[in-house]
Parts: sequence; structure tokens; C-alpha cells
Amino acid sequence: MTTVPAVGALRFAWLLLAFPVFGALVLIFGGHRTDRWGHLLGVLMPIASLVYGIIAFFALLSYPAAARSRDLHMFTWIPVGDFHVDAALQIDPLSITFVLLITGVGSLIHIYSIGYMAHDPARRRFFGYMNLFLASMLLLVLADNYLVLYVGWEGVGLASYLLIGFWQFKPSAAAAAKKAFIVNRIGDTGLTIAIFLMFAEFGTMNFTGVFHGAPAAGSGVNTALGLLLLLAACGKSAQVPLQSWLLDAMEGPTPVSALIHAATMVTAGVYLLVRSNPILALSPTARLAITVVGAVTLLFGAIIGCAKDDIKKSLAGSTMSQIGYMILAAGLGSPIGYAFAIAHLVAHGFFKANLFLGAGSVMHGMNDEVNMRRYGGLRKVMPVTYVTFLAGYLAIIGIPPFSGFFTKDGIIESCFDKGGTSGDILGTVAVIGAAITGFYMTRMVLMTFMGKPRWEQEVPAERRETPAADTPGSAPHPHESPAVMIWPMIVLAIGSVVVGGFLVVNNRLANFLAPVIGPVPAIHALFNVTSDITLVVVLLGVLAAWTMYGRVEVPAIAPPGRLLTRAARQDLYGDAFNESVLMRPGQWLTRLSVYFDSRGIDGAVNSAAAAVGGSSGRLRRIQTGFVRSYALSMFFGAVLLVAALLAVRL
Amino acid sequence: MSPSAYVTLSVILFAIGGVGVLVRRNAIIVFMCIELMLNAANLAFVAFARMHGNLDGQVIAFFVMVVAAAEVVVGLAILMAIFRTRRSTSVDDASLLKN
Repeated sequence: MTTVPAVGALRFAWLLLAFPVFGALVLIFGGHRTDRWGHLLGVLMPIASLVYGIIAFFALLSYPAAARSRDLHMFTWIPVGDFHVDAALQIDPLSITFVLLITGVGSLIHIYSIGYMAHDPARRRFFGYMNLFLASMLLLVLADNYLVLYVGWEGVGLASYLLIGFWQFKPSAAAAAKKAFIVNRIGDTGLTIAIFLMFAEFGTMNFTGVFHGAPAAGSGVNTALGLLLLLAACGKSAQVPLQSWLLDAMEGPTPVSALIHAATMVTAGVYLLVRSNPILALSPTARLAITVVGAVTLLFGAIIGCAKDDIKKSLAGSTMSQIGYMILAAGLGSPIGYAFAIAHLVAHGFFKANLFLGAGSVMHGMNDEVNMRRYGGLRKVMPVTYVTFLAGYLAIIGIPPFSGFFTKDGIIESCFDKGGTSGDILGTVAVIGAAITGFYMTRMVLMTFMGKPRWEQEVPAERRETPAADTPGSAPHPHESPAVMIWPMIVLAIGSVVVGGFLVVNNRLANFLAPVIGPVPAIHALFNVTSDITLVVVLLGVLAAWTMYGRVEVPAIAPPGRLLTRAARQDLYGDAFNESVLMRPGQWLTRLSVYFDSRGIDGAVNSAAAAVGGSSGRLRRIQTGFVRSYALSMFFGAVLLVAALLAVRL
Repeated sequence: MSPSAYVTLSVILFAIGGVGVLVRRNAIIVFMCIELMLNAANLAFVAFARMHGNLDGQVIAFFVMVVAAAEVVVGLAILMAIFRTRRSTSVDDASLLKN
């Protein structure tokens, strides 16, 4: 695939970045002057980007498939000798897919936030950060080299830090923000070293240059690059073993969770792997590692999702699981795997944003209560939220003809198509994951919308999302959310229904992405043995959930639960593992270093100084200050000198 | 008189000067004793020049006299300054640099 300079409408691709950057600058530095109209500007900028993104998409479509990779050179960033890094944008099918997802879903979440954050005094700042988030993610997907991508990558990390810790007056939110940032840094280290390695091996960081040089570089380099990129993806996409930050990230406002999980942030890892597909193609080891990480995470997240009573944390577990599917698909190494990874990513962007906004709407009506055991029977008081949530629910568990059926089944089939024992194992894991998805999503819907109301009680402050609720301490009066929150949910619900089918039927997305990921063979029939088995297994999961949470009354106080439930409530001991394996030894190492520094190095320096001081103090006694004693010592010195001279002469 | 007698006289004078420098406290006396030692050395130089029959020793004696004159000027000036501030010329009192 060759890259040609951008012409026509694509010459203005920098506008995609300029809109949200402008919004972020005005809102963050404008201060309280912008309080009154800040949210409107904050919403307008993503929409402007979306409009330009659609124009760019059609401009790209007007070219023949082979010429759809356009490069826009903005300025030379680092010109050092014969090493050049350009700040350049690459508009190709993969990046434009992401642009449309980010700006489209992002705009809807922005609109929703007007209503959700209406009572927050810092709403303007919130929109500034959201615009910054969007701008960073757009830079990440539009970069034409790994260094510019890295700038966007770090920008996403910064914006997520600011937004997760948005209610920084809550200590838990501040801690969650720091945790997200620090865990992400571990992944970032992988990307940094990968970029160093590319520079050392290929002398360039351009996608085209790196992919051109990769086949000649030897399998060791490519495996190292693949594993380092996997580490980076694990950090941003919350894959095992760097998954722990995602559940705590629920401390941020709900629209932030929607943005992180649907459009920005966690999709970055999948993008990085799919973008780097020529490197992965050269390293079976790295691909195997990626599939293992994906398979482990999809079970890990799903199990956590089953046990959480906090609606947002349950959804967060679900996101980990679904991103696990995408990573798994990206690790298969086949073009169809990449295509389904992106298709599932786009479909997931719609239905997960829908589910999160639905959860936010429920919390908005429930006085910011997040415990599902205190919900129940909300379908009557929140009909629109109920219907849209149901659309997202059917999409995520993969009931035809909703989105998830097309994209998730595609991934499961791609696993089995890989062949060999590994393909069968991965496929089986993916099917089991689908069953658990059916279980936890059904549980969520049953506990929230079905059954008898369990929300007469007051909501204690510690179970509320924000202490700044309208009437603190009072009993919740569930009500439907305002129109500005309802409409984005409706649009996303429609997206949840149709997007998957639209992308997968006739291989639309796969053929569109073919210039980036390679030509895709003809697809299977949509209904076959695998999809039937998957559907049956998912329905079994749904049935199991109904037996446990629909047929019988849900207790308002969580029962103690069995071993696995208790483990899942503790995030499968992810934090305990980090604490005992990483944090404690780290602290010991720090203490050892401090001890060595203060006793060893400082001790040596200080004792040398003390030795000089002490000995000079003693030497000082010799200086009596009496001239005659000096004269006497001179005299004896002279006598000795003369005696020595005489002795030598003799 | 044989030259060795002059050398003996020179040794005696030098010894008197040396003992005077070491045992006296009065700076003026110490100073005079230093002069005595210098002149004892001069006497030895001249005596040896006479014994060896060349003029080197006598030339050195002139140098010593010049240096001694310069030293007297500087030394007496310092003594004057010390005496003005302390009303004393005892060398043991001038120990301000200790401590």
C-alpha cells in the first residue's frame, strides 16, 4: 500500500484536530467567563469534527481502493541531520473508521453530558477535558508515524486522568485517577521502547517505513516489537495483567465512562495492534501471546461482571471482556480477524455507549444510587431508558439481528477457522465468554428494570456517585431523564441495532479496510453450526440468570456468596496481586535503596569529612602561637638538616 | 692571627645570638640577637674567603648586609606597630592568629 499526498477536501484534515483542540483551549483557559455558554461550545466542536469526518469519508470513498491512503504533511516536527519526524496525518480506511466512531459516539456523549452534568458547578471544565480527550484520540488514530501516535497516546492518558479524577474532592476518585495514570504508564513504557527499537532498527518511525523495513529485520526484532506493542495495548485497553485501573475508573462521571469505554481510550490498544498488522504478521510468537491475553481477559472481565452489584463496575467488567474479544481477534493474524476486531470495536462503541448512558440515566433518576440491589422495577418509571438499554443488551449478548450477533460470532468463527488445537481452545473460550456475557447482562437488566422496586430506602452518601446530589439523604424518586439525555440514547440504541449487520453483511467493513489489513476472503454464511451453538449457549446463560435473579426475589443485601463470587467481587484479586507482587516488593526496594543511600553512600562521604575535621582539630593543638617555640622548632630543624647533610657528605 | 680564630669567634657569636632568640621575650632583644647571628655568619664568610683566597665569600657578606638592612627596616616597623597597639614588645603577647 502506497501513501499519496492528500488533495481536495482531505487537505483540511487538520480541522478534525483543530475543532476539539480549540474547544479544549477556550474552555480550560477561558475561566469562568465561559461558564454560561461553555457546554454549547464543547458540544459544537465534536459535531464540527464529525461533519468534516463525514465529508472526508466520502472524499476518500471517491478514490479507487488502492489510492485511499492519503498523507497530509502539516509541519516538520524534528529535523535532525538525516532524521526527520513530520507532524503528519494519514487518512486511510482504518483511521477514517475510527474518526467517524470517535466523533460520532463522542458527539452523542457530549450532548448527553449537557443534561447529566447540568447541576455540576464545574460543567465547563468538564467539557474542556472531554474535548481534549477527543482531540488526543483523534491525533492517535490520524498519526502517520509512531511518534505522533505516541503524543496522542499520552494525551489520552492525561485526559483520562483529568476526567476520572474530575470529582477530585472524593479521595476515591483522586486515587482512581492516579491508579489509571500509573498503570497506563507501564503500558506506555512498552510503546516507548518499541519506538526506540524501531528507530534503532529502521531509522524511521513512519508506518510505511517501519512496515517496509520489518520483513528484513529478523524474527527476533519483530517478536520484540509485537510483544512491546502488546504491552502498550494491555495498558490502554485494560487487558490482563494491566486491567486493574478500569474498574476503579468508574469513579469518574458516567459520560466519561461511556467515552472511555466506547469511543476513546480502551479502543486505542486494538487500533495499535491492527495498525501494526505487518509487524504481527512476521511474528507467530507475538500473535500467540496476543490471543492468550485476549482469551484470558475476555473470561476475566466476564466473571467480574457477573459478581458486581455496582451497575457501572459490572459494565466495566463487560468492557474488559469485549475488548478481550477484539484483542483475541487481532491476534489471530488473519485479515478477517482484523476486520472483525474493528467491526466488533465499532459495534461495541455503539452498544456500550448506549448501555453506559442508560446506566447514567438510571443513576440520574435514582439520586445517584449505583447499587443494582437497590433498583428493581424501573421499566415502568423509565420506559425510554428501559427500551434503549434493552437494545444495547440484545446487541451485546448477540441475539440476531442485533449488532453483537454479527461481530462477536464473526470473531468466534475466526477463532475456529484458525485451525489446530489453539484455534479450538480459543474458539471454545470465546463461546464460554459469550455464555457468561449472556448471564451477566441478563442479571443486570433483571436487577435494574424487572422485579419489585427495592428503592424505598434513603441512599447513604457512600453509595452515591457524587455527594453533590440535588437533595442529599432523601429517598430517591425515580423519574425519566430530560430530552437532552434521552435523544442520544435513542440514536445509540438504533446504532446498536443496525451497525453490526451493516458492517458485516456483504463484508462491507472488511472490504473497505482491505488496503490496510489485506484482502479478505469471502465470508461464511451468517447462520451456521457455530453461530447456532453460540446462540444456544448464550440462551443458556440468559436462562441461568433468569433462574437466579428473575424467578426469585433479589435480596437487597448481597448474600455472602460462594468462593468464586467472593473472588469476583474483589476483582478476582487483581488489586491484591498487584499489591503483594508489585507494590510491596517495590516499597521494600525503595526502603533498601534509601537505607543504602543514607548509610552506605552518605555514610562514606560523611565519615570522610568527619575524619578530616577530627584530625585537623588535633593538628591545630601544635600551633601554640608562641614565636619562641616556632623558633625552637626551626632551630632543631636546621640542626637536623645540617646533621643530615654532614651524614650524607660522610 | 690564624683565620680559624675568626671562625671560632663566629661560632661563639652565632651561639649567643641563637640562645638569645630562643630564650628572650623582648622583641627588640630577639631582633638584636638575629642581627648578631647574621653578622656571625658574615664573619665566617669573610674568614673562609680569606682562607680559600677567593672573593666569593666577601661578596656574599655584602649581600647579607643589604638583606639585613632591609630586614631591620621592615622588622622595626612591625615592632613599632605592635608596640603602639599593645604597649608591649613581648613576643608571647602577639599570638592573635592562634584561635
